[in-house]
Amino acid sequence: MAISLTPAAANHVKSFLEQRGSGVALRLGVRTSGCSGMAYVLEFADVIEDTDVVFENLGVKVVIDPKSLVYLDGTELDYGKEGLNEGFKFNNPNVKDACGCGESFNV
Amino acid sequence: MALLQISEPGKSTDPHQHRFAAGIDLGTTNSLVASVRSGSADTLPDEQGRHLLPSVVRYTADGAPEVGQAAKLQAAHDPLNTIISVKRFMGRGVDDILTLGSMLPYEFIASESGMPLINTASGPRSPVQVSADILLELKRRTESTLGGDLSGVVITVPAYFDEAQRQATKDAGTLAGLKVLRLINEPTAAAVAYGLDRKADGVIAVYDLGGGTFDISILRLNQGVFEVLATAGDTALGGDDLDREIARWIMQQAGIGNAVDHALQRRLLDAACAAKEQLSEADEVELGVALDDGSQWHGSLSRQQMNELLEPLVRKTLAPCRRCLRDAGLRAGDITEVVMVGGSTRVPRVRSAVAEFFGREPLAEIDPDKVVAIGAAVQADMLVGNKPDEEMLLLDVIPLSLGIETMGGLTEKIVPRNTTIPVARAQEFTTFKDGQTAIALHVVQGERELVDDCRSLARFELRDIPPMTAGAARIRVTFQVDADGLLSVTALEQTSGAQAHIEVKPSYGLSDHEIESMLRASMESAGEDLQARRLREQQVEADRVLEALQSALQQDGDRLLDSQERAAIDAAAQALREVRDATDHQAIRRAVERVEAASAPYVERRMNASIQRAMAGHGVDEFK
Repeated sequence: MAISLTPAAANHVKSFLEQRGSGVALRLGVRTSGCSGMAYVLEFADVIEDTDVVFENLGVKVVIDPKSLVYLDGTELDYGKEGLNEGFKFNNPNVKDACGCGESFNV
Repeated sequence: MALLQISEPGKSTDPHQHRFAAGIDLGTTNSLVASVRSGSADTLPDEQGRHLLPSVVRYTADGAPEVGQAAKLQAAHDPLNTIISVKRFMGRGVDDILTLGSMLPYEFIASESGMPLINTASGPRSPVQVSADILLELKRRTESTLGGDLSGVVITVPAYFDEAQRQATKDAGTLAGLKVLRLINEPTAAAVAYGLDRKADGVIAVYDLGGGTFDISILRLNQGVFEVLATAGDTALGGDDLDREIARWIMQQAGIGNAVDHALQRRLLDAACAAKEQLSEADEVELGVALDDGSQWHGSLSRQQMNELLEPLVRKTLAPCRRCLRDAGLRAGDITEVVMVGGSTRVPRVRSAVAEFFGREPLAEIDPDKVVAIGAAVQADMLVGNKPDEEMLLLDVIPLSLGIETMGGLTEKIVPRNTTIPVARAQEFTTFKDGQTAIALHVVQGERELVDDCRSLARFELRDIPPMTAGAARIRVTFQVDADGLLSVTALEQTSGAQAHIEVKPSYGLSDHEIESMLRASMESAGEDLQARRLREQQVEADRVLEALQSALQQDGDRLLDSQERAAIDAAAQALREVRDATDHQAIRRAVERVEAASAPYVERRMNASIQRAMAGHGVDEFK
């Protein structure tokens, strides 16, 4: 079971955490909603729950609850640009199909 | 796949339900837009990487308007259709604009509402429409950057903007298809960018030296509420003046006379501006300017030399600072934080002069060009719900008291100045004459006692009041100021439910100088105002007594009075009429008392007559 970050993603997470001035990790997860089943959760984490699984990647701590990990195992978090827009991307090998924009997905 | 941002804990949104928010600094010369992404606020650049959008719009006979740099480049060729500095016309009437100076190249025409329109190649355009075109360009940039539609924006306005100017700004936002969550004061936004709103209290000076204008504001923060204590400034002092001072020095050094053509002048100013910017970092710079005879002038300028050149201008900004402190009733030592805004505050000598004046190092870590937009973005992000709920919402206050005109041209203040908004205040009024069926309401803004000395904001009428004796109607007037400082007034006659309502729309506005002088005048003329108020009150009382007496005499004067009594009352009334228009309020009061004394037996007889009328035909038992 593993989650990884690209160097670009790791650098951005580090700088966002630094600018926020608080927070101990980056939380990834999934929840059921949206137009095609599941949706990604991407949040700052101020506390690490006892049940959380913790990964350390390029100096960035990533926490994830065990239920979400089933759907995200093997995911690589990337950071990219599309025109003026920029942000994080989930490269998730478990996804079978996704809605047009990829914001929600099925496994 | 879609690009995602990091949310606050528990604030992840559903797919396609992102709450995108932005803060907009709608400036006189340049505008900026900022947004909070992954928890950090920054301004958004366009495709060419430019953050600043020149606040310039050019209208052509065919096609969409050009906005920003493209329009600015055409300003010299097409001055009539290229609108610059439109912010100065927001919320102003045609008459106000004409007093702004005869330098304006535009053809103004008045619309029915009194709002000025500018004749352009694509037809008449109001300042609100021109501002909307600037906002539309920023909206387009923001939505393609964030990858979705905006849920709401916060737009900043100068602290001295009045109701009409604020309403015009909000209307421009709506016209551009934006949901304007709130307008906030520019100095307040700068303080928010530094997180000062999270402190319990403090007194903050915001020193804003832009390209062409200088503003100083003193804010008091009290339990999350920012109150503008005072503002001052100079509308014709900014970075451009610093450049001109350095350009003049180059001309002296290069031995150039005063007669330079436009192109050389431009080259000199560009060289001056570049030198000024480099000297913020370096101690000395090399300068080169191509002269008209084909030769090249070379020289060097040290930071020390530049400081000496700029000293008079830097000093010039300190006079308004002193005035602002005095108006706020504070000393420099009372200021707990100083915030720097505007590109010209990068000049080290400006910073050190401000630090010396206030006796503390100013906050300058955030890019002073962007700090206002960033503060607005932080507010917008909070207002759309991307922040944990425990974070406090920012409150603001109204800059000048709001009230209505009462009989005799007096101001009745309903919402006093520095009341925190949003606010709703109500007061009851009544009719002045018997059988009065309508009442004219005149909404005014200002601190003075007489309506003539305050600013008129709106007039409306409440009709269909059922005829009653004077003083019997109960008219509740409610003033409501929303979170943007926009005013709506409702009048309701309580017995009949007759109602009238008005929203203050932009027609006229006040300049910062006017607000400043209005505030000062109210303090200087406090004594005079008190005298004037007493006189007007007595005059109103005299009118009321005469009016009531007249109507009673018509009804039953002949029946209840003998000729001698009638003559005495008439004589007292005549004496009152004579002193009513003089300026001695005590004389009027004495005359009123004499009329009341002369008519006392008559009033008693009328009272008895009406009681008898009421009791006639009833048995004594009924009154037990």
